[in-house]
This record gives sequence, structure tokens and C-alpha cells, in this order.
Amino acid sequence: MNFVWFHRLGSPPYVYALAQRLTPWLAWPAALLILAGLWGGLVLAPPDYQQGDGFRIIYVHAPSAWMSLMVYTSMAVSAAVGLIWRIKVAHAVAAACAPIGASFTLAALVTGSLWGQPMWGTYWQWDPRLTSELVLLFLYLGYMGLRAGIEDTQRADRASAVLAVVGVVNVPVIHYSVTWWNSLHQAPSVMRLAKPSMAPAMLVPLLMMLAGFTLFFGAVLLVRLRAEILARERANPWLKEALAR
Amino acid sequence: MTTLPDAGAAHAADVSPVTSFGAASLALRRDLTLAFRKPAQLIQPLAFFALVTMLFPLAISPELSQLRQVAPGALWAAALLASLLALEFLFRDDSQDGTLEQYALSGQSLTALIFAKTLAHWLLTGLPLALMAPLAAIALGAPNSSLAGIIAAVVLGSVTLSLIGSIGAALTLNIKRSSVLLSLLTLPLSLPVLIFGARATQVAIGGGSLVAPLELLAALAVLGVTLAPLAAGAAVRISLE
Repeated sequence: MNFVWFHRLGSPPYVYALAQRLTPWLAWPAALLILAGLWGGLVLAPPDYQQGDGFRIIYVHAPSAWMSLMVYTSMAVSAAVGLIWRIKVAHAVAAACAPIGASFTLAALVTGSLWGQPMWGTYWQWDPRLTSELVLLFLYLGYMGLRAGIEDTQRADRASAVLAVVGVVNVPVIHYSVTWWNSLHQAPSVMRLAKPSMAPAMLVPLLMMLAGFTLFFGAVLLVRLRAEILARERANPWLKEALAR
Repeated sequence: MTTLPDAGAAHAADVSPVTSFGAASLALRRDLTLAFRKPAQLIQPLAFFALVTMLFPLAISPELSQLRQVAPGALWAAALLASLLALEFLFRDDSQDGTLEQYALSGQSLTALIFAKTLAHWLLTGLPLALMAPLAAIALGAPNSSLAGIIAAVVLGSVTLSLIGSIGAALTLNIKRSSVLLSLLTLPLSLPVLIFGARATQVAIGGGSLVAPLELLAALAVLGVTLAPLAAGAAVRISLE
């Protein structure tokens, strides 16, 4: 088998140019899907029979929560690739992932608590999913704090990669322990809504938002990756050529 | 010319190869000896643990019936903080005087050596904490019948805390003013221990069967023993680069 395409992905100049070329191919579909999904979710979809218009926050909340986990997984996978095969670009991808993932996690937390106010009557409930999401935010913050704390880029890469891999082993343990903890402590007064099976008019916009958010993550990742490569390769002559072009 | 191979053979016989296990037990003995020469450092985390436990009656209420309800949480929060505080001693001296570099260059398995160091650290901080936990529990209104269960829970839980902490301490080795970062890295990973430990303590105080919660704590400890030394060893190597 021919692995040239794979080996090329380890070369910063090639990835820099590739990221530049690919960005619009992800950004435009992302913008279209998100706009269409918002239109479908906020205008076309009927109000929920129990939650009224309050349920519409799901169109931002669910994709953000989904992305917060997906970005962490991508971050850990690329960190592991960088750690095992010593590929600089993979470390750059992991470094570029962290702030995006932290933002998605924060968005999921904020929208979740805004949804909680009318539904549960409180902004914060120690719901297992909200709690795991909060822990995930701290994992992201720890990862970024470790990167910021180590001045040498290569050491920061490798140390934070170990942390990302340790985190990924721990995420399921944390998630299940939090779920288990909550099932013991759940106050009986809390209204629990069973997840209703969604009508297509509600589901299709949600799926569009999911796809849109994923593509949006891809586009932002490529932009951040280029910034990351610029910062790392600033002393290299190829960069001067690439920027002059 | 004929003497050379002989000298080499004599030399090789002189320095018998040390197994990983032998090297690790030497490292363990060395750490314990060093620690007992500075006993004041050993008492600090214990004093801190007692102090944090004392905060709860002062802040909540001196009523034992009320304290008994928060006792599991208070006990485990205090234990978590005390073990976090003690982590600073784990690698700091050895990293400053170059011992860790010698370990890394020794040709022995760094994983085994780091595991020995973590084990020494647990014997010096985690185990005393577990032996002191009943005192704190009594002060918070736990009945005498619960004390054996509480000791078992803290023994098992503190193993995992030391192991998770060894990863965080190894990652932050060469960072100045790293204590806040160390807690940011370590605390989220320690949450399962807090949850299961507090649950076990609650069951012990309530007089229920401790088998399931202790098994969960033991499962976490086994997971930690298997994986954490690998990660901590890799992290030490990276920090020394």
C-alpha cells in the first residue's frame, strides 16, 4: 500500500497549504447548514407540547455538548499520534483543538443552565450530564494550563499529550461515577422529562445543526492549525516563501 | 593481552545485574530512609487534614447529629486536599538534586522506579491519613462501629489518589509555582475516588454492607496501579528532556 499521503501529513509546509485550501470547503457548508438549521429549528419547527418554545435551545445545546466530547476525543487521538510517532503536526492539531473544545463545553454549560431555569426552576441542577460537562471543562482548562505553563514547545506538546491520553482513559470512569452518584442523591422534587422521540420537523434541523457544528469545528480547527504552524515555524525559510506567494 | 578478558569477566561478575524489582525496592528503601530523617515533613499533611476537618464543625454547627450527615463529604474533601498538598514532596527534592535524572539514565525501568517512589509516598502520607481518618470521623460524629470500614475505604482510596497525583506531579515537575496547576490537573481525575469513597463512608456510618463500595474503590486502585505508573514514568521522562 502507498502511504505517501499519510507521510505528507507530517510535513508542516504541506499541511499549512492544505489547511489553507480546505478551509472554505468546510466553512461555507458549515455556514449554510447552521443558518438552515437555525431557520428550521427556531421558525419552522412546532413548539413542544410540554416545553413550549423553551425546547428550541436544544438546537445550540445538543450540538455543543456533542462537539465538546468529539473535540476532546480528536484532541486525545492526535496527541497520542504525536506522542507515539513523534509527529509535530499532530501535536499542533491537539494544541489547536483545546480552546475550541473548551468553548463548546462552555456553550453547552451556559445553554444547559439557561434551559434549566424555565424547565427545572433553577439555573443549576447537579444533573449527571451537566456535572460531567463541568468536569470536562476543567479537563480542558487543565490541559491548556499545562501547555501555558511549559515554555519549551516540544516539552509542552509531549507533556500535554500524556495528560490528554490520561484524561481520555478517565472520562468514562468519571462519567459513570457521576451518573451513579447522582442516581443516589437525586432529589425527588426535580421534574425529569423522559426523552421524547422527536418529530421529523424537529429532528431534521437538529441533525443539520449537528453536521453544521462539526464542519464549523473543522473550519476553525484548520484556521487555528495554520496559526499554530505559523507560530511554531516562524524561523523557517519555507514560511517566508509561503507567505510571499 | 590475555589479562584483559579476565579483568572484564571479573568486572562483570563483580557488578551483578540488578533486576527492575531489586532497583525498585532499593529506591523504595531510600525514599523511606530519607523521609524518616525529616519527620517534620511527614506530620504536615496530617496536621493539615486535622485542620480542615476542624473547619467543618466551626463552619456548620457543633451538633454531632448535623455533622454526622456531612461527615463523609467533609472527611473525603479533607483527605483529597491533604493528599494534594503532600504531592509537592513526591518528586521535588529528587528533581532538584538530579536523582530523577540518574534514575532515568540508570537503564532500569523508569516505570518501576516511579512506582516505587509513589508507593513510598503513599506509605508516608496515604497510610497515616487512613490511620488518622477514624479520629476525624469520631470528631464528626461517626459511630464506633463504622471505623473499620472508614479505615478500609481511606486505605483503598488514598492508593488511587497517590497514583493519580504522581501523574500530575510528574507533568508539572519543571514548572515554577505549579501548585494551582497541579490541583487543576489532579482534582478532576480524582472525582471518582471522592464519590466512591464518600459513598463507602456513608454506608459505613449507616451500618450497611460495605462490600460493593469497597470493591469499587479497589477496582479504581487496581486500574491506577496498572496504568498510572506508565503515564507517570513517561511524564517524568518528558519533564527531564
